[in-house]
Amino acid sequence: MNLPIPFIVLVAVLSLAGTGFYCLLFTRNLIKLVVALQLLVKGVVLAFVLAGHMQGAQNLAQTMAVTVIVADTIVAVIGLALAVQIRLRTGSLDVKNLSKLKR
Amino acid sequence: MWYVLIAVGILACAILAISAKRLLISAIWLALTSALVALMVYLLGAPQVAVIELSVGAGLVTVLFVFAINISGEEVIGEKSPLPKPVVWTSVLLTLGLVIFFILRSVGFLQLPENVSGSAPSILWSIRYLDILLQIVLIFAGVLSVIGLLSNSKTASHVEDKA
Repeated sequence: MNLPIPFIVLVAVLSLAGTGFYCLLFTRNLIKLVVALQLLVKGVVLAFVLAGHMQGAQNLAQTMAVTVIVADTIVAVIGLALAVQIRLRTGSLDVKNLSKLKR
Repeated sequence: MWYVLIAVGILACAILAISAKRLLISAIWLALTSALVALMVYLLGAPQVAVIELSVGAGLVTVLFVFAINISGEEVIGEKSPLPKPVVWTSVLLTLGLVIFFILRSVGFLQLPENVSGSAPSILWSIRYLDILLQIVLIFAGVLSVIGLLSNSKTASHVEDKA
């Protein structure tokens, strides 16, 4: 097999983004939603590094990827804390129970 | 050859992560996906991102997931999704198609900004110093919001009354 390297990495990026987006739309579990967001952002980080690799500007791509990783970790932390709080208040991790907040 | 193996591993681990019934298993598959992404990033010539991805993505985030699952408990939620399956598949395929379209359209047209030579830390401190400010603000905001969210769990009803 002599596939070009950018093509293979692009397939990995698209598979990560596709599975993450599918899970984001499909699941009802709040913690699973954070897993889906993590998968999506891993695809984005890989895409940044691939773009730097193809353009010959790896160091610029690395700085952007580091920022994305930091932001993504904070998002995961806050999302998990919110999920724990929702579980403590409503007694469930189901997204459908969140419609009770509309009262 | 290595790239093909790692890409197949990433796809398999991602699918296993979103299809696992138990949340703990899902978090472990996510950590393995993160480790494989770090390996691919390292092979692409970005070792610093690989180190951060491996330590933060596979280490810290997994610890956070185990912590959250430990507090909230395992809960099996039914398979019925809020959206019907054809809508989900159509939107996923549409999004991936748009991503491929924009990637193909932008090949060869990307312009690099000036003065991007130098090592990654020097670029971060000289050109993209706003990123550092953003990271500091984000970390502070995250710490403050987690303290606020987790500390008032016992007095939640009082907070609701005040609000």
